[in-house]
Amino acid sequence: MGEQRTIYMDHSATTFVKPEVLEVMIPWFTKHFGNPSSIYSIAHESKKAIDAARVQTAKGLGADPDEIYYTSGGSESDNWAIKGVALANRKRGNHIITTQIEHHAVLHTCQFLEKEGFEITYLPVDRYGLVNPADLEKAITDKTILISIMYANNEIGTIEPITELGAIARKHKVYFHTDAVQAIGNIPIDVKSQNIDLLSLSAHKFYGPKGVGALYIRKGVRIENLIHGGGQERRRRAGTENIAGIVGLGQAIEMATMDIPGHNAKIQLMRDRLIKGVLEKIPNARLNGHPEKRLPGNFNVSFEFIEGESMLLWLDDEGICASTGSACTSGSLEPSHVLLATGLPVEISHGSLRLSLGDANTIEDVDFVLDVLPKVVKKLRDMSPLYQKSGKEGGCNVQ
Amino acid sequence: MYSDKVMDHFKNPRNVGEIENADGIGEVGNPVCGDIMKIFLKIDNNVITDAKFKTFGCGAAIASSSMATELVKGKTLEEAWEVSNKAVAEALEGLPPIKMHCSVLAEEGIHKAINDYRVKKGLEPWIEKNPHSHEQDDMTCQH
Repeated sequence: MGEQRTIYMDHSATTFVKPEVLEVMIPWFTKHFGNPSSIYSIAHESKKAIDAARVQTAKGLGADPDEIYYTSGGSESDNWAIKGVALANRKRGNHIITTQIEHHAVLHTCQFLEKEGFEITYLPVDRYGLVNPADLEKAITDKTILISIMYANNEIGTIEPITELGAIARKHKVYFHTDAVQAIGNIPIDVKSQNIDLLSLSAHKFYGPKGVGALYIRKGVRIENLIHGGGQERRRRAGTENIAGIVGLGQAIEMATMDIPGHNAKIQLMRDRLIKGVLEKIPNARLNGHPEKRLPGNFNVSFEFIEGESMLLWLDDEGICASTGSACTSGSLEPSHVLLATGLPVEISHGSLRLSLGDANTIEDVDFVLDVLPKVVKKLRDMSPLYQKSGKEGGCNVQ
Repeated sequence: MYSDKVMDHFKNPRNVGEIENADGIGEVGNPVCGDIMKIFLKIDNNVITDAKFKTFGCGAAIASSSMATELVKGKTLEEAWEVSNKAVAEALEGLPPIKMHCSVLAEEGIHKAINDYRVKKGLEPWIEKNPHSHEQDDMTCQH
């Protein structure tokens, strides 16, 4: 075998840091390392840099700069939004509405609050992963203090009707949080017109560094602090600022939101070629998620009769990085809660594959995957007792 | 995550396929749990002269099937019955704890194929000495 190339198709997991982002970060590690809380003049530079990044971040969301609070990433932002609003508003009520397909940062936070006496409604989704706005409206009670619904799903890529859901929340005067970790740079966001009260984001999903994110908190939202300590972030989030990370986040979000339609057109062209090719070349395959309302780089597919982890191992052998909703990689032995919520049978959820495209990809990458993937699926099906059965006995029964 | 030996048996599985007119066949597992193994044995004079498998499952399930069929080939039925899941896992230079149930499945598959042969011959099926059914192992699928 010759020199192996890496084909990275897991942009929903994380992205590489763009050179332009890294470049603006470096001086803040070495040259301008002053603690922004300090009094001497080199610290002022750090303070100014953070404020400049705050302006960039706010602009990417249609927010005011003083509504942006830096965190360590998406998980902290989700934890803060949900626990913070729950604790600050428990006199008004103890009911929170979310969905069955949220990221674990939201689901496990809600499960924690259940133990603390909060009641959580987990809204179902349809076969495409869409929340029905009518279901949300029906679930709201006079005890509801928070609605938390993700902007776009990380596994199947489905984009939720956030504007509509936000309008319902506003009508009933309930705080509305959205986990927009997968949405930034893929969907234009305007928190004001979309009635979003809180929004979580994470820099490493849009070509920024890991370990830094933000929570947008609309002015006037009642929320408790999550991280207690010093007076950073206008006394709302303690801890010495990750200056280089924050500067990187600012640069990354500015680049990611500069030309969303242009960027999406390029990614979607590759993604659509991939979907079409895979569904044409491989029988007994089905697309998971919504055919149109999906993230531009997301492709999630289930192949009957085979299991996802063995597929990933073979793809990795060819240098292709992907992920699966199969239990066998989750460490829990339960397949993806998202796929199950869409009604996909458990046995078919085991054979799911997610390829998420982004700026690391070229059309040649797509064609390489289209060459390799059918062979991998065939190899695994040839040794699967389910595939052998399927001819005469129906095998895993789809639908 | 996996040892070199597991990766070797996953990528170059020994004994994949079926045996026509097999003397003993054992199918274990459940598609809901994400793994099914089907073991085929050819038996002559109480000795396993050939063993093959078909498996739906993860890398560890495929490697365990491959290793288990290797281990029982050439053994008498009594010897093959003694091939434990631990022996399969050890021969694979270890399995991650959450994947140990794959080796259990391989042992069960061999046992089921042996008993299939015994029953066909009009003999009493052997009783599992240490029945580690899936449900007992809390790392395994509850379906």
